[in-house]
Amino acid sequence: MIAKKGDWVQIQKTLLKPEERTAPLPEDTKKVPLQMRVKGFLINETAQIGDEVEIETLIGRRVSGKLVSINPKYDHDFGEPVPELITIGIELRKILEGDSDA
Amino acid sequence: MRDLSYDAVIARKNEIMKRAVGIDYEKYMIGELVFDYEKMMQEVGYSLEKVREIQQETGVGNTTLVELKQINRLIKKIAPKGKGARIFIKDEATNPSGSYKDRRASVSVYHAQKHGYKGVIAATSGNYGAAVASQAAKRGLKCIIAQECYDSRWIGQPEILEKARSCEAYGAEVVQLTVGPELFYYTLVLLEETGFFNASLYTPYAIAGVETLGYEIAIQTKEMTGKYPDAVVITHAGGGILTGTARGLKKAGAVDTQIIGASVNLKGLHMASDNDFNKKYFTTGHTGFGIPFATFPDRSDVPKNAARALRYMDRYLLVSQGEVFYVTEMLAQLEGMQRGPAGNTSLAAAFALALEMDDDKVIVVNETEYTGAGKLPSAQLTFARKMGMEIKRGDPIKEDLPGKRIVIPEHPSQIGYIEFNMEDIRKSYVKEVMKRYKKTKFTKDEVSFMAEDTNTTEDKIKEYIKELGGELIEA
Ligand SMILES: Cc1ncc(COP(=O)(O)O)c(C=O)c1O
Repeated sequence: MIAKKGDWVQIQKTLLKPEERTAPLPEDTKKVPLQMRVKGFLINETAQIGDEVEIETLIGRRVSGKLVSINPKYDHDFGEPVPELITIGIELRKILEGDSDA
Repeated sequence: MRDLSYDAVIARKNEIMKRAVGIDYEKYMIGELVFDYEKMMQEVGYSLEKVREIQQETGVGNTTLVELKQINRLIKKIAPKGKGARIFIKDEATNPSGSYKDRRASVSVYHAQKHGYKGVIAATSGNYGAAVASQAAKRGLKCIIAQECYDSRWIGQPEILEKARSCEAYGAEVVQLTVGPELFYYTLVLLEETGFFNASLYTPYAIAGVETLGYEIAIQTKEMTGKYPDAVVITHAGGGILTGTARGLKKAGAVDTQIIGASVNLKGLHMASDNDFNKKYFTTGHTGFGIPFATFPDRSDVPKNAARALRYMDRYLLVSQGEVFYVTEMLAQLEGMQRGPAGNTSLAAAFALALEMDDDKVIVVNETEYTGAGKLPSAQLTFARKMGMEIKRGDPIKEDLPGKRIVIPEHPSQIGYIEFNMEDIRKSYVKEVMKRYKKTKFTKDEVSFMAEDTNTTEDKIKEYIKELGGELIEA
């Protein structure tokens, strides 16, 4: 897919490489870089995923980084029905309706 | 070119923060440890009347206090004879961005506008981001929210992804980072680059904004029940909601109300660990923030934190993730209120408390928050299962195992709490002071400050100092 100037995109940038992470950190976190993702409107004429690009964010700040997504989707959702939860309402109503020996 | 290495930016911290919050903390410092908290709150914050006015301008506050009638019936049914306190809940989800955090953001954004800042920045993975973004929209300021959001494999915590969506809906730029305390480092970089105001969660502005919550609770409870609440149960993380609510209650005259903090127990999970990041199904109101912030509030981004929970907390109760999910279902199914997650942590603790308290007592849960995609128990438990957690019905008090197993109660009588001993927390506070300030010798003034800061006696503080191997300098 090719992104064009003005498209809504997401970029990624490494802020600190593992060896630059000098804050006190647990071992697992120390081994990986500190990275950032930001969204904005593409400034380059065209670009492909993986290209170094520049964007303008919602408040007009310019940021550069590697293009990772074009028209990025919100993919968090409501989840699946959870068997451990879906009977709770019925159980509680039964206690309310029934005798106190529930 | 500015040097953007971690050490160089942290070295510029004081000058960056001074410009970005505009508070001269030096004025209130008496020594490195001792400072005049009340003077700072009075001079820097705004009066309760002024805060109410500021909040009125943007439609914040004056939320409904709701009696949980069906849940209260359930409590009476399963409680021993003569027990079963009534629970009321403050429906903070009806604030503009969906949580009490609008109160917390309102004064900072007002202040930033008044002082000519072009925009505001907040470092937060929580509801506070949406609140700052919403208040900034209302006042025509730009807004950047920086969040800790993903692990190193780019797996995002669904609740934080939802909060990012919400911020963007209000026109804010959202900077999403991978796991690590360097969120603070990068916030400094952004503050320096933009010259925006730091809408920190921990300034006197932020806490003054929350005082109206406690104030309204006192007034409304009295109207509805004829007395001030016997107890207010408050979900505790960084301590701002507890501090602000307690101060507001006192300002309204509710001085005998018990202040009870409640957190989700996430014992054993490291907050800065990349591996542990997605093993937590609550992103706030848990022990990972609650204990460190109570025992050393000055770990925050400002020199002196205005959120000081131990000054006000009478008891601290821990509940499990499974109990909170259960109570979230209960609130939706019995009260017709789909809310959560954070406020329901204190609701779980309140439910357990109500079963033990006399039936003429009144408990107030001080907040709800908006819910939906990413935030619902179904979203979090689906995610938990994907991350390999075991999920089962059972006895949460006996079987809960943070990071491995989530246990949903089989019956409401299984909702309980683990009481955290306040003496242990206060002693940890003294231990942290010794560690952070590399101190072993304490003057009379320091002892007296620590007693005030933890709401205990000087004798107790002296006892802890001695037990921890410190010494007293007798003046
Ligand atoms: C809705 C809600 N309730 C409670 C809390 C806990 O507040 P505090 O961090 O001030 O303890 C938070 C945020 O962390 C929150 O977003």
